[in-house]
Amino acid sequence: MSAAAEERNARAPWALTAPALMLFVGVLLIPLAMTVMLSFHDWGQYKGIEPVFILKNWHEIATDPYYAEMFWRTFRIAVLTTLLTAVLGAPEAYILNRMSGRWKSFFLLVILGPLLISVVARTLGWALLFGGNNGLVNKLLMSAGLIRFPIPFMFTETGMVIALAHVMMPFMVLSVWAALQRLNPQIENAAMSLGAGPVTIIRRIIMPQIMPGVLSGAIIVFSLSASAFATPAIIGGRRLKVAATLAYDEFLNTLNWPLGAAVATLLLVALVLIVVGSNALIERRYAEVFR
Amino acid sequence: MAYLELEGVAKQFGAQTVVDDFSLAVGKGEFISFLGPSGCGKTTTLQMIAGFLDPTRGAIRLEGKDLAAIHPAKRGLGIVFQSYALFPHMTAAENVAFGLEMRNVPRGERAERVRAALAMVGLAGFEDRHPRRMSGGQQQRVALARALVIKPSVLLLDEPLSNLDAKLREEMQIELRQIQRTIGTTTILVTHDQNEAMSLSDRIVVMSQGRIEQIGTPQETYEKPASAFVSQFLGKTNDFAATIDRASAPARLIAGSWSAPAPAGLSGPVTISIRPERIGFGDAGLSAKIITRIFQGNHWLFQCESECGPAIVIRQNDGERQPAEGEAVRLSWRPEDMSVRGGAAA
Ligand SMILES: Nc1ncnc2c1ncn2[C@@H]1O[C@H](COP(=O)(O)OP(=O)(O)OP(=O)(O)O)[C@@H](O)[C@H]1O
Ligand SMILES: [Mg+2]
Repeated sequence: MSAAAEERNARAPWALTAPALMLFVGVLLIPLAMTVMLSFHDWGQYKGIEPVFILKNWHEIATDPYYAEMFWRTFRIAVLTTLLTAVLGAPEAYILNRMSGRWKSFFLLVILGPLLISVVARTLGWALLFGGNNGLVNKLLMSAGLIRFPIPFMFTETGMVIALAHVMMPFMVLSVWAALQRLNPQIENAAMSLGAGPVTIIRRIIMPQIMPGVLSGAIIVFSLSASAFATPAIIGGRRLKVAATLAYDEFLNTLNWPLGAAVATLLLVALVLIVVGSNALIERRYAEVFR
Repeated sequence: MAYLELEGVAKQFGAQTVVDDFSLAVGKGEFISFLGPSGCGKTTTLQMIAGFLDPTRGAIRLEGKDLAAIHPAKRGLGIVFQSYALFPHMTAAENVAFGLEMRNVPRGERAERVRAALAMVGLAGFEDRHPRRMSGGQQQRVALARALVIKPSVLLLDEPLSNLDAKLREEMQIELRQIQRTIGTTTILVTHDQNEAMSLSDRIVVMSQGRIEQIGTPQETYEKPASAFVSQFLGKTNDFAATIDRASAPARLIAGSWSAPAPAGLSGPVTISIRPERIGFGDAGLSAKIITRIFQGNHWLFQCESECGPAIVIRQNDGERQPAEGEAVRLSWRPEDMSVRGGAAA
């Protein structure tokens, strides 16, 4: 091959990816960099945004316990949501996978169907079900004799976790489902022929093998829940804020863009660190088995 | 009494009958092969013995006890799956130990038996390897060790060697036979490789479309095939149309210009089949012309056009002069080397 042709070949990948790369830089990296920069600017009720470099916003976030509490709440809700989806979603995927032909595709549609409906619509549905003291859920629980007094769902973390778990469930089910597809279809028979009962098969054979699927689903659900906006905004409103709704309020209600930018940046950095960190841990833990 | 007995076993999936009227008695310590083309119901039959599928009809008995009442986990059979089905998250030793754990074998004895089982299949030193980091042949041995370590009453092997290359397969065949001889476990091997079935088994069950075509020793099924299917499936064969002429006395069996005294009790048109290595070139017999002649090292393969249609002949490369392509020859064989099918009772 001639030197010129080789050079042309070396340039080709860059030329081919350039449009996508430019889009990526234009719509993601530049706004992101601008948001980070914005978080260092000053803001006053009357003077508006001043493009100077100060640590005022970061100092406020670091010292005011209000922000700490709000970030803890955000991650507490995300962790509980993740646990709930894992505990419900993994068995759901397993049962789904054992169903035969027609039922399987029907229930897969039932599980994935909600993805086609807007998050706002789904959460408003939950708001209707929760709706104050005589919401449908409370009425049902009370008439079933499970509770004596209505549980507050609206404007509480409980309600938020339930609604978020419902919204996030398809991601967990899909992720575990993908792991189940990789199982050898005879593996349960193999364990059975060696004398294992159903509980042992699930605990010793199935669980360890779908764990990577559960964990990758957990990472997706966790990061989506921690940065979720619509569900916390509807269930929590202005009374129970999480990081995303707080940033939104700073931007659009208080008009303190720099503080909002600082909150958003902190959320992003924290999420990236958590996700990258746990991903590395998972990969190390399962490297030996799932190479 | 038979050790493992299948009586009139049948399996239907919906309207489709996949296995039908399958009856077989396996003696203790016997090595049996299920041989047949793809989709003939071998795996289905094996899975019914294992208990993963319930027979639609018929009974399966082990030492006289009906297996239908016994859960697969309690049958104590050793199974090697076609895809091995090793536990990928466990090491080789943990895989082999699993069955012993389920039987609550104490830790010390367990370790000893696992070590011995892995050594027996030639995998000493591989205890801590995960299956994904082993070759196909090594995984297959782990699967075998895992099945053998529980001292199964019957060993069921579903095409365990089909994923291996020719050389490794041959080695594993020899090893498998040796292991089976030393432990004396009753074994059923599923295969669609006739050489494998013949070199390993005490008896072969030839299957076609869910039915048994023939049960017999490798030699019987090869030399006295019960049907055209068996003779075609077990190696190459020549089928010629022939007639039995009872008008002449003594009666004669005639195929073209070849003839021999007729077998007793048959008349009319019949089919005779002769293995290619049993046909010789001579001065009398079926006239034929050599179409092609292929050298295959230790033997020659001739494709001929005879009076009774195409014929193949295999001759040992023993240094004698062999006919050339285009040469006219006479084909002959000893009457006891052929099998006769069809014909009316006489
Ligand atoms: N679960 C099932 N539902 C419907 N039909 C089935 C099912 N399992 C197997 N069959 C059919 O039963 C027939 C026999 O299958 P089986 O797996 O026993 O064949 P086999 O002899 O083991 O073939 P191979 O050598 O390819 O493994 C096939 O025609 C197959 O399509
Ligand atoms: Mg099969």
